[in-house]
Amino acid sequence: MDRFRMIFQYFQSNSESVMNGICGLLALASVKMYTCFDFSCPCLPWYNMAYGLGIMFVPPVALFLCGLILNRQSLVMLEEWRRPQGRRKKDLAVIRYMCSSIIQRAMVAPVVWILVTLLDGKCLICAFSSSVDPEKFVGFANVSPVQVQQLLAKVPCKDDELMRNNTSRKAVSRYLRCWSQALGWSILLILIIAAFLARWLRPCFNQATLLQARHWSNYIDIEQKIFKETCCEHSRLFAHKCILHFFESMRQEIKLHSFSLPREGGGAEEEEGLLQGITDQDQVNKLLKMWYYEKPPLDVSQATQR
Amino acid sequence: MDKFRMVFQFLQSNQESFMNGICGIMALASAQMYSAFDFNCPCLPRYNLAYGLGILLVPPLILFLLGFVLNNNVSMLAEEWRRPQGQRGKDPAVLRYMFCSMAQRAMIAPTVWVSVTLLDGKCITCAFCTSVPVETLGNASLPGLSQEDMKRVLARIPCKEIYDGQELIANEVAIRYLRCISQALGWCYVLLMTTLAFLVRSLRPCFTQAAFLKSRYWSHYIDIERKLFDETCAEHARSFAKVCIQQFFEGMSTDLAAARCHLPRKAPADAGEATEKLLGITDQGTMNTALKSWHRCKPPLHLHSPARPSGNGWAGEGQPPTHPPALRREIAAYYSRV
Repeated sequence: MDRFRMIFQYFQSNSESVMNGICGLLALASVKMYTCFDFSCPCLPWYNMAYGLGIMFVPPVALFLCGLILNRQSLVMLEEWRRPQGRRKKDLAVIRYMCSSIIQRAMVAPVVWILVTLLDGKCLICAFSSSVDPEKFVGFANVSPVQVQQLLAKVPCKDDELMRNNTSRKAVSRYLRCWSQALGWSILLILIIAAFLARWLRPCFNQATLLQARHWSNYIDIEQKIFKETCCEHSRLFAHKCILHFFESMRQEIKLHSFSLPREGGGAEEEEGLLQGITDQDQVNKLLKMWYYEKPPLDVSQATQR
Repeated sequence: MDKFRMVFQFLQSNQESFMNGICGIMALASAQMYSAFDFNCPCLPRYNLAYGLGILLVPPLILFLLGFVLNNNVSMLAEEWRRPQGQRGKDPAVLRYMFCSMAQRAMIAPTVWVSVTLLDGKCITCAFCTSVPVETLGNASLPGLSQEDMKRVLARIPCKEIYDGQELIANEVAIRYLRCISQALGWCYVLLMTTLAFLVRSLRPCFTQAAFLKSRYWSHYIDIERKLFDETCAEHARSFAKVCIQQFFEGMSTDLAAARCHLPRKAPADAGEATEKLLGITDQGTMNTALKSWHRCKPPLHLHSPARPSGNGWAGEGQPPTHPPALRREIAAYYSRV
C-alpha cells in the first residue's frame, strides 16, 4: 500500500516536471541552433525578403511541431478526444485544459527563437534593407531608383566590394537593427505582462472548474500509464503460462511415445521439477524444434483450469 | 516474484528508453561526423555534382541501415515473419507495427545528417555551382567563352583560391546565392519532416487506436515470450547439467566401490552436509580417476531416474539393477568418440 502510494506520487509529480524539462530543453536547443546557424543573407533584391522572413518564421513552426510531438500528453489528449463515449462521459473542460497546457508549453521554443532573432537583428536587416527610404541616408540619396534597390539589397553583406567602406551602409544597418531590437524587447515585455496577468488573475475566474479539470487530466494520464504497465505484466504472466504449458505438453508427448519408467513421486528434488521431464539430448532438440516450427496457440485456458 | 516483477517492469520501460537513447546518440554522432568530415569539393565540371550529391545522400543511407543493425528487435521481427504458422496464426498488423516503430527510430539520424548538410550549404554549393544563373547575377555576355569553358570556370566557384572568373560572376555573389538556396531547402526539409512526424503521431489516435493497442500488446508479448523462453531453457540447461554431473559422480563412486569390492558406504544420518557433498569420493586416487574419466569419457546426455541412497535402489520397479549399468557403459563408450 505504501509502495503504491509512493509510486503514485512519483508519477504525479514527475509527469509535469518531465514536460517542463522538455520545454526548457527545447528552448535551449533553439538558442543553440540559432547561434550555430550560419546566417548568410543573399543580398539580392527579392531574395532578401524571402530569406529573412523565412528564417524568422519557418524554424518556429518546426519547433512548435517538435514541442507537440515530444509532449506525451498531446497523445493522451487526442485519445481522450477521439474515443467513443461508451459508459464514460466526455468532459470538454478537461480536454480544453489539456489542450491549452500543451499549446502553452509548445509555444515557448518558437517564441524564444523569434525573440533571439529580433534581438540579434540580422534577419530584419536582411529582409527590410531594400524597403528603407533612401532619402534619409546620404550615400543613397542621389542614386537612380534601379541602382538604389541593388545597393540597398547589398547592405547586409559587409564584405561585398561595393559596400566595404560605405558609411551609409553602416547607417542603414544601425537603423534597422535599432528597430529590430526595439520590436524584440517590446514583444518580450508584452508577453511577460500577459503571462503575469494570466497567472495572477486566474484564481478569480472559475477556480473550482480549473481544479477539477486539472485533477481529471492528471487522472487520465496516470490511468493510461497504469494500463500500459498492467498490459506488460499480463503479457509476462501469459508468456510464462504459455511456455510452461508447452513444456508440459512436450513431456506428455514424450511419455506417450517412449516407454521410459514413470517418475518416482512428484517434487522429490527441486531439480526434477525444473527439468519438466525432459532429460535427454534428443528430447531437448525435439522441444527446440517444436518451438520454432509450431509455436503453441495463444490459449492458456487449459493451463489455468488445471 | 515481486523482485522479478520490478525487474521486468524496469526492463520493459527501459527497453524503450534504451532504444530512444540509442536514437539520440546516433543523431548526435551524425552531426558530429559531419562537422569532423573534411569536405573537399573537386571543382571539376562533372565531378562536382557526383561528389556533392554523394555526400548528401550516401551517408544517410548508411546511417539508416546502421539504425536497423543496432536495433535488437530486428531479429525478433525476422523470426516472427519467417516462422511456420503451426498452431498459432500470424498477425500482419503486429509485423507492420514492429517494422514501423523500428523504421521511425532508424530515420532520425539520416534526417539529422541531411538537415545539417543542407543548412551548412557546402554540398549544394559544390553540386550546383555550374547551374548558377549567370545572366541575372553576372555578365553572361563575356566574349570568348564557350559553354564548356564557362562550365569549367563556374565549377571552380567553391574553391576560392583557384577561381579566375571574377569578371564573369563574383565569387561571393555566387556562393551567397547558392548557400541561400541550400538553407531554404534545408529549412523546408526540416519543416516537412516535422510535419510528417506530427501527422503520423497524431492521426493514429484518431483512426486506429484499437488496432494499435492490440498490435502493441502482442508485439510486447512476442518479445517477452522470447526472453522468458530463453531464460527457461537456461534454467533447464543448468538443472540438466547439475543432475548429469551428479549422476556421473555417483556412477563413478559406485564403479570404484564395485571394482575395489567395498560395500557402498551408506553415509550415517548425522554425518553432515559436507560428507554428502563429497559424493563418495574421498581420496586422491579416486578424484584423479574421476577427473580423467570426465575428460576422456563424458556421460551421455541422458538422465535416468535418480538412484535412492539406500542399498537396493530400484524398490518397486521389478527390474534387475544390473541392467542399466551395463547399458550405461555401452552408451558411455559410444558417446566418448563424439
